[in-house]
Amino acid sequence: MSSLFRSEEMCLVQLFFQTESAHNCISELGHLGLVQFKDLNPGVTTFQRRFVKEVKKCEEMERILRYLEKEMVKSNIVIAATKEKEMVPCARDVLELESTFEKLERELREINRNHATLRQNLVELMDIDSLLRMTEYFFEEAESLLTYSEPPSEDSVSMTVSSHITSRRNSNSSTSGALHLSFIAGVIKQERFPAFEKVLWRLFHGNFVLRHAEIQATEELQAVRGAVKKDVFIIFVQGGRVREKIRKVCEGFRASLYSCPKTLYERKQMSNSVMTQMQDLRMILRRTEEYRASVLTRAAEHVQEWSSKVKKMKAIYYTLNLCNIDITQKLIVAEIWCPVSDLAIVQNALIKGSEQSGSSVTPVLNRIQTQQTPPTFNRTNTFTEGFQTIIDAYGVGTYQEINPAPCTIVTFPFLFAVMFGDCGHGLVMTLFAVWVISQAESFRKWKNEVTDVLIGGRYIILLMGMFSIYTGLIYNDCFSKSFNIFGSSWCVRPMFHPHGPWQNETLQEYNHLQLNPFVPGVYSGDPYVFGIDPVWNIASNKLSFLNSFKMKMSVILGVSHMLFGVSLSLVNFVHFRKFQAIFLQFVPQLIFMLSLFGYLIFLILYKWCITLRSETAPSILLLFINMMLFDYQSEHLLLYGGQKGLQIFLVLTAVLMVPVLLLVKPFLIYRTRMKTRHQVLGNNLNDQHGTDTRSSFSHHQSDEMVSMGDIFVYQAIHTVEFCLGCISNTASYLRLWALSLAHAELSEVLWRMVLQVGLKISSGMGSLMLVVLFAAFAVLTVTILLVMEGLSAFLHALRLHWVEFQNKFYEGSGYKFAPLSFDSLLKTQQ
Amino acid sequence: MASLLFCGPKLAACGLVLSIWGVIMLAMLGIFFTTHSAVLIEDVPFKDTDMEDGPNALQNIYGLYNQVGYNCFIAAAIYVGIGILSFCQVRLNKRKEYLVH
Repeated sequence: MSSLFRSEEMCLVQLFFQTESAHNCISELGHLGLVQFKDLNPGVTTFQRRFVKEVKKCEEMERILRYLEKEMVKSNIVIAATKEKEMVPCARDVLELESTFEKLERELREINRNHATLRQNLVELMDIDSLLRMTEYFFEEAESLLTYSEPPSEDSVSMTVSSHITSRRNSNSSTSGALHLSFIAGVIKQERFPAFEKVLWRLFHGNFVLRHAEIQATEELQAVRGAVKKDVFIIFVQGGRVREKIRKVCEGFRASLYSCPKTLYERKQMSNSVMTQMQDLRMILRRTEEYRASVLTRAAEHVQEWSSKVKKMKAIYYTLNLCNIDITQKLIVAEIWCPVSDLAIVQNALIKGSEQSGSSVTPVLNRIQTQQTPPTFNRTNTFTEGFQTIIDAYGVGTYQEINPAPCTIVTFPFLFAVMFGDCGHGLVMTLFAVWVISQAESFRKWKNEVTDVLIGGRYIILLMGMFSIYTGLIYNDCFSKSFNIFGSSWCVRPMFHPHGPWQNETLQEYNHLQLNPFVPGVYSGDPYVFGIDPVWNIASNKLSFLNSFKMKMSVILGVSHMLFGVSLSLVNFVHFRKFQAIFLQFVPQLIFMLSLFGYLIFLILYKWCITLRSETAPSILLLFINMMLFDYQSEHLLLYGGQKGLQIFLVLTAVLMVPVLLLVKPFLIYRTRMKTRHQVLGNNLNDQHGTDTRSSFSHHQSDEMVSMGDIFVYQAIHTVEFCLGCISNTASYLRLWALSLAHAELSEVLWRMVLQVGLKISSGMGSLMLVVLFAAFAVLTVTILLVMEGLSAFLHALRLHWVEFQNKFYEGSGYKFAPLSFDSLLKTQQ
Repeated sequence: MASLLFCGPKLAACGLVLSIWGVIMLAMLGIFFTTHSAVLIEDVPFKDTDMEDGPNALQNIYGLYNQVGYNCFIAAAIYVGIGILSFCQVRLNKRKEYLVH
């Protein structure tokens, strides 16, 4: 029977269903999420499996879908979310989907290619256009150069005039006269221009005229080309060979050259034609973009649905790969692990699946017995899921072992709260957890790792916060200040004359004074109703009191937690019917722990309950050490009469338990083996089977001998681990004290160094400073005390559970139940 | 009207949370100071001269307590203002979000 405290009982079931109904049946099982398919072909590699081609097809479709989604995101098209559970397509629809996808992809790629080409053309035309416009000016200038020999004047356009033209040229020619200047015009990136200029200079020693101007960046230009700045340039040179050289240089600098007509009229013609071409191109581009948007929008309506369909199909094919196909190709055999209580549901799902596929034969469920260990399945709901996850993180429980998760729901937040212990911080944490719980769905969309962890643990945080408020009230600590709700039990006035020793002068003489509880009236005799008395908050020896209290509390909590762990092992033994182990393991362990550490707790509680004078009170630690060392010399260091006798008895009992744990169980195993060996030997002598059985028997004997040693060693390790572990684990629980001390001190430091500075300013500016300092206080509280200390306390509470608590009873050697579930598949991959 | 929006949605939400916390906590501190709670004695800026013998010693301390309490109340009022401002920013941010989409 399944219960919260144990993993579910699982059974191995053989499924037989027809090949035609395979898709529908498996999809129904996937929607259920209750069965785990066993791999029936473990020796086969992934490439040799039967449905590997279909899996590849599904992956190809996924790739196309991803490409589509990327394109949609780029064009800012909203992808509609699907809501209903759609049917999984069968093999025929797969082909249809596949062809749709391929067509879409091809279309989209072609559109993109055309778009890029058109854009390129537009860019070129724009360059030509700006070239034509700007070179007008240059041409006029060049003509003026031809006619006039004076050096041109500086103007806004930078010029590189070679004034050496006249000096270096042969005396044959001169600037005036019929000089045939040819030119090269083009566009180059602005950042490359200075280098370009220098290279030309070096090559031609100034036998050229270079003009350049920046192309004005219009908005359209920027949209089409981007933010690259380009310059128009034109070079006037003499001679044809020079042209070739310049052409090569231009190619080196990746300047695009355009042929420019010589006459004004032709240039005007060209300009006009370029204009019209650009208009056309712009229109075509716009149309292309519209078409692309329409294709993507149409696809966007379905892409989510397609994506989930493809994922489901891939999962089905993967599952089919795990099954066995019968020789006749008509029957599929699958083996599944399934919870016993859900067998009926699974059967119904299979019947439904086969009905949908229209086959006449219902699938057959055949439960088989097996020696293999089933997977561990713990049924969880949203609340218990977080706790089960943190238990499984250390080790998944062995099949049908007791599940520590239900106890962890209470003990984990409690141990956290013991270390955190501040009701103000606890309140903030609780409110934060409530907010996360209410906004959990919208947080899931962020798909950040940290938020995922936060959402998974939202109920844990809620419980941690609520328990922290409780322990904060017990420690009487709220942002490092105490509440005085019920009236303190300590009173200062009776310390003064006539009741007590103090005078008015005493106040002047001493900086620190100690209240004496034996003076009547100072201590009312009734302790504070709930929690620590608020007077300790303003006492300077607060830590001496609180340290002693918290240390003893930690030891009490630790020993109780460990005793609880040991008693859980009893439950395990009863369930697995290992009754011998109860007497050989559970009882000695319990007696050992109780007689030593249970007695320690008794001492602590007893010392708290009786009245002692603090000067003569015996230290519990010393008492304990002396008890172990049998040292009873100082008689007055005893708490009660008969203590010596009782302590000696307890120590001897505990010491006696060690050999019981160490030796009894291996000895019993040895004896049973001896008995069976004698029995078998006797049987063998009666039968006449001869030497072969005897030789096989000697093998058996040697195996036994080896494993006897193993058993002894294993038992020794287990005993030592338990006994020494008791002491070290008890000491380990002292971290409960250490962390709560650290938290309290940090909280107090924050108050004193940040907020108190603002409070102590008594002038009018105090309120403004208080506003600023409170903001700083709040930020530091959240980051240091809530986040850092919270994580720290979380980690330590977790460690206490995983190591100190669970190593008393938990084996944790199972494997987790991983059902085929479409819901979790879609959730994880989204 | 020029854009009254000067902080993003996250800053406005943080400001709102901070001011709610500030209002509640400072108001409670103010109440505890004006009722002369003994636990808060170390936060009151008294000097040794205030504690000299005399009939006014106790009233001096109480007066200081009240001063600090009033400071807390004023700070809480300032936080109410900051809270209203943050709330307006949050609403403006939401409106802007709806407009764009």
